[in-house]
Amino acid sequence: MNPTLTIFIILLPFAAFVINGLLSNKLPHKTAGWLAVIAIGISTILSWQTAVSYFLQSEPYIRQLVVNITWLRFTETLQVDMGILLDPISVMMLVVITTVSLMVFVYSLGYMQGEKGFVRYFAFLSLFSFSMLGLVVATNLFQMYMFWELVGVSSYLLIGYYYNKPEAVAAAKKAFIVTRFADFGFLVGILILSYYTGTFDFITITNPENPAIISMTGISFMGISVLTWAVVLIFMGGAGKSAMFPLHIWLPDAMEGPTPVSALIHAATMVVAGVFLVARMFPVVVFHAPAALDVVAFIGAFTLLFAAIIACTQTDIKRILAFSTMSQIGYMMLALGVSGYGHEGLGFTASMFHLFTHAFFKALLFLGAGSIIHALQANDIRQMGGLRKYQPVTHILFLIACLAIAGIPPFAGFFSKDEILTAALASHTVYFGIATLAAALTAFYMFRLYFLVFWNNERTYAHTPHESPAIMLIPMSVLAGGSVVAGFIPFGNFVTSDLKSLETHVHLNVAVISTAVALAGITIAWLFYKRKSEIPDTIAARLGGLYQTIYRKFYIDEIYLFITKRIIFNLVSQPLAWFDRHIIDGFMDLTATATNWISAELKEFQSGQLQKYAYIFLSGVILIVLVVLYTYS
Amino acid sequence: MIDQVPLSHVLSVSSLMFFIGAYGFLTRKNLVTMLIGVELMLNAVNINFVAFDRYLYPSGINGHFFALFIIAIAAAEAAVAIAIFINLYRNIRSIDVEEVDKMKY
Repeated sequence: MNPTLTIFIILLPFAAFVINGLLSNKLPHKTAGWLAVIAIGISTILSWQTAVSYFLQSEPYIRQLVVNITWLRFTETLQVDMGILLDPISVMMLVVITTVSLMVFVYSLGYMQGEKGFVRYFAFLSLFSFSMLGLVVATNLFQMYMFWELVGVSSYLLIGYYYNKPEAVAAAKKAFIVTRFADFGFLVGILILSYYTGTFDFITITNPENPAIISMTGISFMGISVLTWAVVLIFMGGAGKSAMFPLHIWLPDAMEGPTPVSALIHAATMVVAGVFLVARMFPVVVFHAPAALDVVAFIGAFTLLFAAIIACTQTDIKRILAFSTMSQIGYMMLALGVSGYGHEGLGFTASMFHLFTHAFFKALLFLGAGSIIHALQANDIRQMGGLRKYQPVTHILFLIACLAIAGIPPFAGFFSKDEILTAALASHTVYFGIATLAAALTAFYMFRLYFLVFWNNERTYAHTPHESPAIMLIPMSVLAGGSVVAGFIPFGNFVTSDLKSLETHVHLNVAVISTAVALAGITIAWLFYKRKSEIPDTIAARLGGLYQTIYRKFYIDEIYLFITKRIIFNLVSQPLAWFDRHIIDGFMDLTATATNWISAELKEFQSGQLQKYAYIFLSGVILIVLVVLYTYS
Repeated sequence: MIDQVPLSHVLSVSSLMFFIGAYGFLTRKNLVTMLIGVELMLNAVNINFVAFDRYLYPSGINGHFFALFIIAIAAAEAAVAIAIFINLYRNIRSIDVEEVDKMKY
């Protein structure tokens, strides 16, 4: 396949966005929906073709610039290119994004049927796919940053899709502001890095032997090398997008958007952009800024456990999944953080592998949740129960996804999680402990959700819930197929830190431990939630304040509100606003008032009284004559 | 005979005439009376021209020339002014200068 064809992978969704966006009032719903689906469908086929032809090359894989256009040329040395960079991670991401997008697009045809703004929805969804694809194939930091922001915008637009709902608008704003705040760090990092290296280009920047990079390790600022600063700041952008603690607060609220959007953007693709970014910078980070990698590992591990604990107490089906997403991304970050290079690069491969498998089962979980919400018009799991009778297909597919995320062999999550645990074990026992504990919690909260929704509390509904239409079930089945088989892909052959193949195999000790804890988690969930039982409430009551704290998400939102409202608003913004209103505006007002007053006085001269004019004129003449006489005599 | 009258006397007369004219122009409300004031001022100037010509440059006729010129201008000016007054009267039924203030700010 001609590699320049890859440009159509990106341009087709963009075309769909432009057509749907411009004709949003004119196009019939069906045409618009299928147009977007066909565009992303062709992209998907092209992506798979690209992947096959790329990975069929002999190893080691090379980084290929298949398209490269000089876009902005400021000076001889400073220029911004646009192009397509193919390497194992970007090709892998192309496949993930287009495949999950296609499934979500098809699903949306059913889920969003009859919604007002259906065409707008598909336009934004296409915009998102375009931006995300542009992000992963970026040839340089600047292109990545641009598409990074575009992804943020489309996320904002889609979270705020139900714009007459105040919570959705607030959530959209929150998501945009928090990620934008994080992107500020990203931008500063880019500027530092490109200032010292003189380029944005990824191939040059991520080459660990690049002398400019090596010289950056020698320059230190506040005791830390500038390279580490740059990388940590870039990671700040990644942490914002990937909802890592403490920039995670936007993700649970982002669930106000339509459920397929949550599946695509806030579970499978956009939120892993941070992981992708770290992976992209990985070769240089691992050699020259190991401290930054420690930060990544620490934040990843912390978020992993933190989000898993919160997920156990939530009652909104989508919020549980959102915290689960944060936790799983924590796994990916942790794996990257503990990874080495080359032969020790298991963590890198594991992270990418988990990203790949997670995209399938998490998208499936969200689509399953969407199917349930579609049937019940409710989000709260306390209002659900016994749904297995009404939605048998959704039930089976959801169960597959739960097993996959819990890490039960032979589902996909087991293999990737196993690699992550192995990598964590090789690095530090504490990381291994956290990861194992989180694995147990993952199994617990997922099966808590599963049992509460599909078993427990057999109730009669006012409107009997119906199974979703085939157009929603087919994409879910495809994703379920992915969740089952994706684990068997020999990922180490394809995606590694040094582009050479890496031998990976299941580590029996780790596998036994992780499966055992997952089964334990499932068993506890089964005991607690299979039937209506008093145990969970008793435990919650026993835990008292601790339970409340977790239920309230450790009051992080409240802390943010305290900092922003009390400290920043009251102590900084309000004095500044006062200064602006009274001093700066006051000065301007004074100028205006004075001018006004003077002109009001001056206009009295022009009274229309001829004799007054003559009088003034004559007085002036006499005055001039007197002055002349006085001066010259 | 005229030589026995010093220049200053003639100038005094012309100044007096000028300021009488100016006074009339500034105080009278009737536009015709004001026009008379203007004519007085013009003629005061004419006296000055002729007087300076006669006393200071007896050989030349520049002053006479100017005086004639001003008389011609004054005639034209009077014609225009009176035309304006008539139009004004037709429009506002008055030739009081204080009522002509349409063109203020």
